[in-house]
Amino acid sequence: MNIFLDLLQVIAWICIFSGGILVIIGALGSLRFPDFWSRLHAASVTDSGGVILLLLGMGIHSGFNLITFKLLLIGVFLFITGPTSSHAVANAAWVSGIKPLRNKHKKPGIDK
Amino acid sequence: MLRSIFTAIFLFALWYLMSGIDKTLTLVLGAGSSVFAVWIVRRMDEASNFKCLSVHLRPIEFGKYIFWVLAEIAKSNWTVIKIVLSPNMDIKQKMYEVPFTQKSDLGQAVFANTITLTPGTITVEVEADHFLVHGLSYSFDDHAALAEMDRRVSKTEGIVDL
Repeated sequence: MNIFLDLLQVIAWICIFSGGILVIIGALGSLRFPDFWSRLHAASVTDSGGVILLLLGMGIHSGFNLITFKLLLIGVFLFITGPTSSHAVANAAWVSGIKPLRNKHKKPGIDK
Repeated sequence: MLRSIFTAIFLFALWYLMSGIDKTLTLVLGAGSSVFAVWIVRRMDEASNFKCLSVHLRPIEFGKYIFWVLAEIAKSNWTVIKIVLSPNMDIKQKMYEVPFTQKSDLGQAVFANTITLTPGTITVEVEADHFLVHGLSYSFDDHAALAEMDRRVSKTEGIVDL
């Protein structure tokens, strides 16, 4: 029983740790990518994968009680509001005429 | 009427799970406020004859769909992470059209939000019968993958009376 609880804690911390790494990768991507549109995609790594893993890890860490339910509610809200807000940003950019780069930063000859 | 009672019970359960306090006074106040909220909603429904609380989704199909979406999110996360961490970022941006087959507004919203939720694709614009989607690493297989997603969203839709 005790070993089982310890194992749950280990799983929880693995989830929290990898979720944090995903958030950092999302931030790194939005720094490295060349233009507005690709940066939007990098931010969505933070938005989906990072949030899922962090909330899952915190939920397992707290055990099954009211906190787990609240974390689940937060997850549901983020799943609805996250894509809606990134769609709003993308739509505003499209309407105001920001066009994607034509992949010209790439070296020639790599295209399949 | 039955629907209002269910809504009140649901609101009270939500209130209780959010607060977690089980003193008699707070429980009575919570029950009173959820009944009051339902009463206000009913009065607003009478004032406008617009059906705002109509959700046409099949619960079991939608549950299956959520698990499928979680797997898809994991896969596309991996793709985008590889692009971010690779030295020469292999980006092939493209705007393309994705047709949808959902009949209700809610179904279309679920499909569009799922496209945006999976990293690597973002719904930019909604037209009459297709979405305008921006892809980060476009390949020809994307059309088939999005058509599969479209089919699965349409399966979660219940009977729509338009």
